[in-house]
Amino acid sequence: MKAPPFTYHDPRSRDDLIGLLAELENAKLLAGGQSLVPMLNFRVVAPDHLIDINRIPDLAGIRLSANAVVLGAMTRQWDLQASADLAATAPIIREALAHVGHFQTRSRGTIGGSCCHLDPAAELPALCALFDAEFDVAGPNGARIVKVGDWFKGYLESALEEREYLQSIRLRRWPAGHGYGFSEYARRRGDFAIAGAGALLEFAEDARIRRAAIVVFGVEPGPVRLVEVEQILVGQTFSEAVLAEAAAQASALDAMADVHVSAAYRRHLAGVVTRRALTEAARPARQAV
Amino acid sequence: MSTRYFGAAVPRLEDPRLLTGRGTYVDDIVLPGMLHAVFLRSSVAHGRIRSLDPSAALSMPGIRAVYAMADFVSFGSGPMPTMAPHPLLKSPITCSPLAVDEVRYVGEAIAMVLADSRAEAEDALAAIELDIEHLPVVANARQGIADGAPRAHSGRDSNVIATLRGSHGNVDAVFAAAAHRFSETFEIHRGGCHAMECRGVVAAPEPRSGELSLWTSSQSPYMVRRHLATYLGRDEADIRVTAPDVGGGFGPKANVYPEEFAVALAALACGHPVKWIEDRQEHFLATTQQRDQFWSLEVACDAAGRMLGVRGRCIHDNGAYAPYGLILPATALASFPGPYALAAFDLSIDVVLTNLVPTTPVRGAGRPNAAFVLERLADTIARRLNLPREEVRRRSFVRAEQMPYVTGGKMRDGSPVAYDSGDYAKALSLVVDKIDAAGFEERRAEAATRGRLLGLGFASCVEDTGLGPFEGASVRVTPAGKVVVATGAASQGQGHATTLAQIAADALGVDLSQVTVKAADSRIFPLGISTIASRVAVTAGSSVEIAARKVRDKAIKVAAHILEAGEHDLEIENGQVRVVGVPDMNVPLSTIARVLSGSAGVPIPAGVEPDLAATGYFEANQLAFAYGSQACEVEIDPETGDTRITRYVVAHDCGRLINPLIVDGQIRGGVVHGIGNALFEHMRHDEAGQPLTATYADYLLPGAAEMPDIEIHHIETPSPRNPIGAKGAGEGGTIPAVACVISAIQDALGPAAPFITMHPVSPEQIVEWIDQTRK
Repeated sequence: MKAPPFTYHDPRSRDDLIGLLAELENAKLLAGGQSLVPMLNFRVVAPDHLIDINRIPDLAGIRLSANAVVLGAMTRQWDLQASADLAATAPIIREALAHVGHFQTRSRGTIGGSCCHLDPAAELPALCALFDAEFDVAGPNGARIVKVGDWFKGYLESALEEREYLQSIRLRRWPAGHGYGFSEYARRRGDFAIAGAGALLEFAEDARIRRAAIVVFGVEPGPVRLVEVEQILVGQTFSEAVLAEAAAQASALDAMADVHVSAAYRRHLAGVVTRRALTEAARPARQAV
Repeated sequence: MSTRYFGAAVPRLEDPRLLTGRGTYVDDIVLPGMLHAVFLRSSVAHGRIRSLDPSAALSMPGIRAVYAMADFVSFGSGPMPTMAPHPLLKSPITCSPLAVDEVRYVGEAIAMVLADSRAEAEDALAAIELDIEHLPVVANARQGIADGAPRAHSGRDSNVIATLRGSHGNVDAVFAAAAHRFSETFEIHRGGCHAMECRGVVAAPEPRSGELSLWTSSQSPYMVRRHLATYLGRDEADIRVTAPDVGGGFGPKANVYPEEFAVALAALACGHPVKWIEDRQEHFLATTQQRDQFWSLEVACDAAGRMLGVRGRCIHDNGAYAPYGLILPATALASFPGPYALAAFDLSIDVVLTNLVPTTPVRGAGRPNAAFVLERLADTIARRLNLPREEVRRRSFVRAEQMPYVTGGKMRDGSPVAYDSGDYAKALSLVVDKIDAAGFEERRAEAATRGRLLGLGFASCVEDTGLGPFEGASVRVTPAGKVVVATGAASQGQGHATTLAQIAADALGVDLSQVTVKAADSRIFPLGISTIASRVAVTAGSSVEIAARKVRDKAIKVAAHILEAGEHDLEIENGQVRVVGVPDMNVPLSTIARVLSGSAGVPIPAGVEPDLAATGYFEANQLAFAYGSQACEVEIDPETGDTRITRYVVAHDCGRLINPLIVDGQIRGGVVHGIGNALFEHMRHDEAGQPLTATYADYLLPGAAEMPDIEIHHIETPSPRNPIGAKGAGEGGTIPAVACVISAIQDALGPAAPFITMHPVSPEQIVEWIDQTRK
């Protein structure tokens, strides 16, 4: 379990990185390394060049504006979890991060790495889907913004081109007072979830739902927004009927089977976690400040 | 003699060294000119090697050699010896150090690459051209025993290599007369050992002396030496084997492995020291494991639910070879009748070859399997007769006044098994009381208000410990007054350096800090057997006691001469021999040791031999039987099937405790292994014999977060069968744990749920059972 031979590069600026991306063939970017390094050691991947982007300044950081939260691609999962600003404006992020690996892996793992690797059960890409994220990518041919709907291309496949890197992720802010709920089921603490769900709800003064977002992850190859349910929810008060509809939709997803669980059980769990996440989101005490 | 240390929870003497990175594990051994080995392993479960071409690999950077078995012919050839021969095995069923012609499991070593670094050696693996013809695969034991099944070894007539039988009494008569008979079938799976340190070997030929040194991460270094010497046609005296610090063993490291021989052969062939460190992927593929047993059993009981007899058969998956003979299935058979006083039993085990990695004992060996089926049978009786589970046990257990109790079972030498001591019902009552079974229904009702199912489980076991014939020890006082204990018993982290020192310190009246324990090095102590079967406290512990008492007697004899006092007027305290009541009249042990170390021209006192040292061999001719009961509560989320163990209580009798801190650690770790087997660990293979769960993402080894607090209560009934009154403690935590957890799950699911006859149990399975119950 030793990595195959590769040439190591550690650029110190974005310009140097773009130069390497333009020049090198069969290169891989090393962010936090929590997936890539094991894959190297298992020889699942064998790049000729490894470009370590940990020494480039300004790729990490959390910036809040009136409408958005911008997260640098190299922001460590631990820093996201620790951020008081983030906890105040988007508390679901801290809650979800408690399920991301272990504190040791979170201290290295980055949001950008997670969003480029795209494990189906990863929490951070699911949160990006929930917050209608925009991915700011750059490369030798310039920069571009990829909307979240275009980011997920398939199993372990993002829209990032071979010579591009992810600079930052922009999340849409939800207003103060929104409700949030997160639920996932994994066999052991820190395991990838068999199924998980996140929900955000904004309520009008008359207690009717003004806006809703629900994401289910770990079930299909990428995170799935339950758009139909979200549309049904708008204008309604929260009810058992709404919950049942959401759970039913989640249970109808095209679930994956694996060595541990059947597709039927995963669909069943998708319904359970969706119901739990929405129930949490509707609890008045759980609404963000 | 004061007993200051025996029984005291002294902190482990080895921990400051081990916890601050000052241990010496095999991988810490670095020798000049050392090469790194990796193994080319079979990617198919059964195949014939058509050709192997290493030429492309040999031209790669850093590559020094590529060896197949044929390259070792001038040093050794043929299959490995069997660790434990058995009369039913006419010839050894073992592999060669490197496969010749046929491979029989995924991971079997075929060739090895030697390189300047491990990474370069791994690079070259892919360049070896290997052509293997696929052969039909036996992927599980039930398939292997079926008519017309393919053969796991193409040359063998049958996949069944032996049928073990254990019986006592007139089982037919007992069943015919019994008020009730119930049948159940069981499917049991246990996984691997997953020691924190994987295996590792360094072999170094000494060009001048011709000696071969071997460092191996083993529970049985002296067995490795004995079998390697035979294989190489050398004298044991020319082979030095050391087990340095070893990071966990749990059974599989007791096996003598093909890699140990291959590394030694490679070192002899190339003339360099060679190191091989098993990586975790290899550990999943090539370190022996336990796996499946399928039991069909019938139990007879009287009208009051008292268990009278058990009969039936088992199909045991032994894997591709039998490196450890038939020990694993034999331990399952030898575990009957457990704590139950049975009028009769009749059991047989078909031992079946499959094309999967060989099985050998993992903590508990076959005992957890036997405990599982016996405890489930006790629960069957309770369920069918609507009796409390504890009551069935109380009525069926061997009673304290029956000790010593002849079970009807037979030892390996054919002599009758007799439990030595203890009160089995007392252990059960203790856990029933400590877990507050009386208040359980109230807790269950509270959990129901939260939508959770609460269940309470019990299980008990008896464990044979202190397996013979011996481990020896020597005790020596140096001229500086320090005490050095040497033994062949290898430690894998059990704290021998503390417990053996405690025994020696008490016998010699010295401070614990003055005692050093050296172990598992054939240059330091001549003989050793194996750290297995919860035997070291009994065997090595007793030998230290015997040796230290001899040293004490010798010191007193010399002191009597020096002090001109009578021997019976002397006592040994604070590193001195002194006259009772006259502490100023004393002579330090260091002085006595110096006298007995000799000076040129100065005679030593008459009637004593030189050297303040002695060797002891306690011969454990009879087993010491530990026992215990466990109780736990589980909380089930009926929507996800998630099962959390919320409380766990153990009552355990391992005789006199040498060090409660260490015993508690052993029991707690043992329970964790059992919980893993009950709920998490499942080594899966597909129908082609390919492992499907060969990483820790897929093989669910439980972590600390999955574990409950484990409350431990000791009952101390000294074993009359050894000088220190000890019984083994290494496996008693594991043995009843699966049965305990499953009993609790059954209780949580309620009487309408199917009777649980398998493990591990997954959340998906629990959701299915709940669905069935509701229909």
